[in-house]
Amino acid sequence: MSKLNEESWLYTISSKKKLIDFNFKEIWHYRDLLVLFVKRDVVTLYKQTILGPLWYLIQPLFTALTFTLIFNKVANIETGTVPPFLFNLAGISIWNYFSTCLTTTSDTFKSNEAIFGKVYFPRIIVPLSIIISNLLKFGIQLLIFIAFYIYYYTNGAAIAVESSLVFFPFIVLLMGFLGLGIGMIISSLVTKYRDLKFLVSFGVQLLMYVSAVMYPLALMRDKLPNIAWVVEYNPLAYIIETARFMLLGTGTINGFGIAYTVIITFLILFFGIIIFNRTEKTFIDTV
Amino acid sequence: MSVILKAENISKQYRLGLVGTGTISHDLNRWWARIRGKEDPYLKVGAVNDRSTKADSAYVWALRDINFEVKKGEVLGIIGKNGAGKSTLLKLLSRVTIPTTGEIKTRGRIASLLEVGTGFHPELTGRENMYLNGAILGMTKAEIKAKETEIIEFSGCQRYVDTPVKRYSSGMRVRLAFAVAAFLEPDILVIDEVLAVGDAEFQKKAIGKMQDISKGEGRTVLFVSHNMAAVKNLCTRAIVLENGTSVFEGATDEAVDFYLSQNKIQESIPLTERKDRSGNGDFLFKDISIVNEKNENQLNLLSGESYKIQICSETRVKQANLKVRVQFIDNKGSIRFLCNNYFVDATAFNLEATKNNVIEYFIPKFPLPKGNYTIQLSCFSSDGLQDDIENALSFNVVGGDFFKSGKEQISKEGVLVDYTFKRIN
Repeated sequence: MSKLNEESWLYTISSKKKLIDFNFKEIWHYRDLLVLFVKRDVVTLYKQTILGPLWYLIQPLFTALTFTLIFNKVANIETGTVPPFLFNLAGISIWNYFSTCLTTTSDTFKSNEAIFGKVYFPRIIVPLSIIISNLLKFGIQLLIFIAFYIYYYTNGAAIAVESSLVFFPFIVLLMGFLGLGIGMIISSLVTKYRDLKFLVSFGVQLLMYVSAVMYPLALMRDKLPNIAWVVEYNPLAYIIETARFMLLGTGTINGFGIAYTVIITFLILFFGIIIFNRTEKTFIDTV
Repeated sequence: MSVILKAENISKQYRLGLVGTGTISHDLNRWWARIRGKEDPYLKVGAVNDRSTKADSAYVWALRDINFEVKKGEVLGIIGKNGAGKSTLLKLLSRVTIPTTGEIKTRGRIASLLEVGTGFHPELTGRENMYLNGAILGMTKAEIKAKETEIIEFSGCQRYVDTPVKRYSSGMRVRLAFAVAAFLEPDILVIDEVLAVGDAEFQKKAIGKMQDISKGEGRTVLFVSHNMAAVKNLCTRAIVLENGTSVFEGATDEAVDFYLSQNKIQESIPLTERKDRSGNGDFLFKDISIVNEKNENQLNLLSGESYKIQICSETRVKQANLKVRVQFIDNKGSIRFLCNNYFVDATAFNLEATKNNVIEYFIPKFPLPKGNYTIQLSCFSSDGLQDDIENALSFNVVGGDFFKSGKEQISKEGVLVDYTFKRIN
């Protein structure tokens, strides 16, 4: 066959795996599927519930309330001039976005086995749809945060919006990418080694405690200087601290920390995409 | 005509047994071999995929060195027994998994009609699911919108289209799913025996639609089926698979004949030694024979005469609610009629563990017209399929005077039934 003819194949299903095999054109072709998956996730989650989307609000509100009672009133964690409830609400909203992204993405292959086993479409559509639909939930939770923010502000609380707030979407995106990256890595490994499934649910819980969700980063340095590095090198802690700085003007951030976080996030995301890409081709044989 | 799809030396290896602790060591071995630039050590091993023989290797080749080309507008049939590798081939073609070696090249988009209704969400309405399902199968929103009315009309679910799918009957779900899939317009369509969906009316519609797709619209189709009549009807060329390798490729009629003649070879082996059976193995058919009124074995039958089908079997364990099914299949692969004790006998058929059990079906007026037929024997219990043998026996009907009129009614389909004729005035 002539050279020209060889090149005219649309695509090849081959045993050879390239390191990065990413067909953006194909993903673009399936953009409607992405939209429909997002719509499905949002619409169906609270079907046949009485409170419906209100559950989006109830979860963070009550968690923040509990945290305030336990960590601030009982354990006396200082949140500076910021009202503890608002401090917790900010942390929890951001954290929830990460943890739902992570846990749902990490289940991608297992929970979509039936579809993946029969039809082909770029598998990455599924985790992408997860971070987008969770972004919408996060948006709703942000609204309730803003409502409380205005309430505390008019009551004279010492909170200030930083000019860096314009970068807030970037921080949220970073959080989403981190959840997506780690989730994709786990989802790829879990197809063969189910052990990870148990690790995820309890690992995420533990992770929250070293991610500065219910305490400021400075407090850790102050109280436990020996192991504070665990929190300091945790990109999650940095993202949450930065988000709080933008929203409430509390906390300490620096350029090095942000650069470190961005680099780590993109490394994880990149690694996640590679390993996900490798797994999607044969996972159905091992799942 | 140009070649639209080309498969070159594709093989697929599977690991037998459980994915367990051995997996990590094998994975590490593979990885170590790759680092040193050596070939995968496990590709050298692997047995031929013969389901019934006991495996001596942990790996098995579900497909081995398959080569074929499909030209644009061609309807290629893929036939073979259970476990011959048809589904694996389809999985590779529909990109669900990749081959272990070799490659498949294509010039067009492939979409498969493997199992309809994939990705239906029970909480969404029929219409919403239609869009979702279409998108999963690779259509864009605009494409689905353009065909929305056609799809709904074809499915016959107009009234329910805005009701959540969880309220649908299973038949309606299948209808809607098939309708979406049928209006796909890929360059290459892969169809796997979806013919058996819905009620008779819908089946007819579905087969008609498939004929339109493959004949009228000039689409390239890969069609996988057990139904030789459908294959003969739809396909222009066919491949016969056996134990993971391609044993015949050529014109449909020759391929079907080849496939059927292969089964003939199996028949000369006594039932007890037949390996090409499925089921859990607790219950085994040992022998089957057709005898006439004088208890003489018969292989050349006459329509309208009375015959007894005697079946000998053994069971290792106590069995409850047995159903022994005898299917009479013609040379096109269609089932003409069947006998099943479940329908004629109100009492449950239970068996203690026994080496020798004989049952008998009595057919007072044998209803098949002239032709060659085979019998497929199956036994089900409450625990599921016990034993199943295709081509357990083949026999001929050489003629006969079914109506005692001295004439013979010839029919290529169906069975002969008693009826009378009378002039009223």
